Amino acid sequence: MVETSVICIPFLPNVNKTFANAHPVWKGVRVVRQRLVFRKPSGTSPLNSYLNEVIPTAVATYNLKINGKIRRVDTDPATPMLWVLRDHLDLQGTKYGCGIAQCGACTVHLNGTAVRSCQLPVSAVGSQPVTTIEGLSAKGDHPVQKAWLEHDVAQCGYCQAGQIMSAASLLKTNPNPSDADIDASMSGNICRCGTYLRIKEAIKSVARK
Amino acid sequence: MNNSKTTQNRRSFLKASLLSGGGMMLSVSWLSSFKPADKMQALNLPEQWTQLNGYIQITADNGVKLLCPNPEFGQNVMTSLPMIVAEELDVDWKNVVVEMGPYDNTKLGPQFTGGSNSIRMYWKPLREAGAAARHLLREAAAQTWKVPVGEVTTQAGVLLHSSGKSAKYGEMAGKAATLAVPKDLKLKAPRDFAIVRKSKKNVEGQKIVTGKPLFGLDYRADGMLIAMIQHPPAFGLKLKSFDAAQALKMPGIKAIFSLKLYEDGFEQGGFDTRTFNDLLVVVGKTTWEVMNARKKLLAQWEPIGDTKDTMAGRGGKREVVVPGGLESTSAQLEKMQAYAQKPAQQLRKDGDPETAFKNAAQVIERTYNAPFLAHNCMEPMNFFAHVTDEKALLVGPLQAPGWIEPTLSKILNLPADKIDIQMTRMGGGFGRRAYGHYLTEAALISRHAKAPIKLIYTREDDMTYGIYRPMYTATYRAALDANKNLIGFHVIGGGIPEHAIHANRFPAGAVENYLAEGWQIPSNITIGAFRAPRSNFNAAAEQSFLDEVAEAMGKDPIAFRLELLKRAKENPVGKNNEYDPDRYAGVLTLVRDKSGWNKPGNEKYHRGVAAYFCHNSYAAHVVDMVTRDGQPYVDRVFSAMDCGIVVNPDAATNMVQGAVVDGIGNALYGALTHKNGAAEQSNFHTYRIIRHNEAPKQIEVHFVENDLDPTGLGEPPFPPVFGAVANALYKNKGKRFYNQPFQPEMDKRI
Ligand code: FES
Ligand code: FES
Repeated sequence: MVETSVICIPFLPNVNKTFANAHPVWKGVRVVRQRLVFRKPSGTSPLNSYLNEVIPTAVATYNLKINGKIRRVDTDPATPMLWVLRDHLDLQGTKYGCGIAQCGACTVHLNGTAVRSCQLPVSAVGSQPVTTIEGLSAKGDHPVQKAWLEHDVAQCGYCQAGQIMSAASLLKTNPNPSDADIDASMSGNICRCGTYLRIKEAIKSVARK
Repeated sequence: MNNSKTTQNRRSFLKASLLSGGGMMLSVSWLSSFKPADKMQALNLPEQWTQLNGYIQITADNGVKLLCPNPEFGQNVMTSLPMIVAEELDVDWKNVVVEMGPYDNTKLGPQFTGGSNSIRMYWKPLREAGAAARHLLREAAAQTWKVPVGEVTTQAGVLLHSSGKSAKYGEMAGKAATLAVPKDLKLKAPRDFAIVRKSKKNVEGQKIVTGKPLFGLDYRADGMLIAMIQHPPAFGLKLKSFDAAQALKMPGIKAIFSLKLYEDGFEQGGFDTRTFNDLLVVVGKTTWEVMNARKKLLAQWEPIGDTKDTMAGRGGKREVVVPGGLESTSAQLEKMQAYAQKPAQQLRKDGDPETAFKNAAQVIERTYNAPFLAHNCMEPMNFFAHVTDEKALLVGPLQAPGWIEPTLSKILNLPADKIDIQMTRMGGGFGRRAYGHYLTEAALISRHAKAPIKLIYTREDDMTYGIYRPMYTATYRAALDANKNLIGFHVIGGGIPEHAIHANRFPAGAVENYLAEGWQIPSNITIGAFRAPRSNFNAAAEQSFLDEVAEAMGKDPIAFRLELLKRAKENPVGKNNEYDPDRYAGVLTLVRDKSGWNKPGNEKYHRGVAAYFCHNSYAAHVVDMVTRDGQPYVDRVFSAMDCGIVVNPDAATNMVQGAVVDGIGNALYGALTHKNGAAEQSNFHTYRIIRHNEAPKQIEVHFVENDLDPTGLGEPPFPPVFGAVANALYKNKGKRFYNQPFQPEMDKRI
């Protein structure tokens, strides 16, 4: 299997164990474990049920290169790009689905490669260009977008921006992916409506062109 | 042509009026046209829903705008409902613009997405709307050209006369708007359909692939703040006290407070379900800030004890006791086993099942279990609210605005006309968004915070909140005589907090001696409709049981089902059988033929079949399983559907394919379990959703071709997938699996 994709998975012992066993497909995938700060629930608060606890520090200024434009953002350095895009820059195309790198709805391109923006702190971006679904093509006519329309892929459509960003990244490095390559690259993107078959067909149709 | 006679008062309800700029707007409202020909099985709809207004707008420059009455959650109504209007109106689909209609029950009908009802309920009214507008345009042309109206024809938005005269709709729209609507309308014969039955692309496709803000979570308003609720960490707990000092110091935080969703004694409607009543709310500037501040809250929770809910609705006011306690899945399973031994409520009895079982040469008895399931819509629950003392604006994803408006009106003490509910595209629904508690919560938070707010559930909030598919069990028994004839059938079903039994469905009507019983155990874990409620369990259990019975009888599973259906048709047992045996058999024979069942060439597959009827449509699947990397994998699926006329075939195919994937995923992996009241799954790292690599490589969907009025498709294909997967799994593993989800059950047993 070709190493075609980077799937960012936070270091969650549970996940990696469960899914690595259950999903043979993960084997061929280069898994980048993004470090998250983990703390034991403090015990005083029964609310620490979430997986990571990030302590915000002072607000800093970032000049981010988003979709070819420099955008200034003042925010806490730990803020995930997902929320920078959605809440600070009003780019709503990048979706929130899980916040823990498990669903792919938040996929954007960092330096041209698909990453999960919910796990990408704004402070880690630096001068690397970020592309979101809004910037994938000027006219909405990227070959992947066109293929998505041709195959009428979407049902609810909520996951599709993430799917398209993952697919575009895959096709850039591997213009002719096999079924296994597609599985490997796309299995980090959940579609609750079950449009996987059409996604696969759409990706293959781009490859054929 | 079909003649469509509409009812009394029609003229007063149907109105053409001038659009500013000279076009025509047709508002339609016909009493009774809303009643589908078949009886409503899925839902008991309130009387006032029998009115419909659909809007057709034709501008002077020939633009055609159609409003979609029903909210869209991926079932394609924004495309397929306007297609129905466009068909009778006879316009070029390319010129049609579709817009989501505003929420207005008096003008746009029920506006309810659910129960696979959208197409079925709007089919006739929307055809009539299109036909009426077309007639008015022809009439206007006839008067202008001074020719009999019968001589004016139309072709894709153009009015024509044999003399060579022609005009675009837009040119006649202004005049048409002044005419009275005719008494009788002629509807097209299905063979003349030019738009319906021809696949049309999703009208919002371009917006979806370019990331336009379509969903509730994308909605923005000036000065809008973000709100989140900290729910108790377990069912059966409520807020005792909280200390917000630390959280309030966090950046961006505007307010932290608690409030009650429903006052004591509030009469809840059927869809006012909520899990927690005391809301601990954090309001701040951005999502990330609110998320972080929420973690700094110090809250104390206490057991809630038994509580009483007051339910309004059909049958009058009644009190329901919600038991306290912290429930665990293991204890629930034990409790279900114990309940299964107790006498249950008889739901249907034909013949003399007791004697049949006493005299049986062989009795097959099997028990099936299934867990709670979370809907896990990709877009978590959220709603925008801006509530002042005078009015309320609410925007977001919602399946049934008409069910929540009366609740809001009562709680906010505002008349309905001061409440503006706008529906966004939904990132999935599956039944979950018929329960509008999150909208009511948003409204109360906005009123309290005196600001426009967006209430956001995180994935964890969404998954652990409840409103799940219930936990079900059922024991099936079959009595065979010495010649291996099926002489008795018994099902006893139970669940937390409801059983799933549809007593009048197949194989009722096909077996001489039949008994169906049910029981239920109350719980504080809330439940709600989940894609094909109850059917999604029945089809799993009953269809795997029938497979086992067929095997014991030495019969092919499809041939056996067809024999039963033949009996149900020729000499039906009992009354009130809900299904049409012919249509049921139709999908089975279609899937048999298309899949090459029992034909050579399929040896490498472990094949499982199942069929089911629900929500007025018929579905059958053949699931072809292989072993891949040591695990069973569904490689290929054949589906056969009968939902009458298929309005938008490619989109319908997409939905069936999605239902197949959803069914495989939930059958193998779906489960929401509890320990001491707390959900054990909180996000997708522990709640396993089917992924690309686990989805079949081929899903072939076939539709029975007929001219019957269309019925729904969102739900019917889903339930039998479970049964077909179970039956294929048996072939693959050589063992039967009785407990969902099957994957952990397999891992346990191997
Ligand atoms: S929201 Fe980032 S992967 Fe789910
Ligand atoms: S299209 Fe609905 S989640 Fe993918």
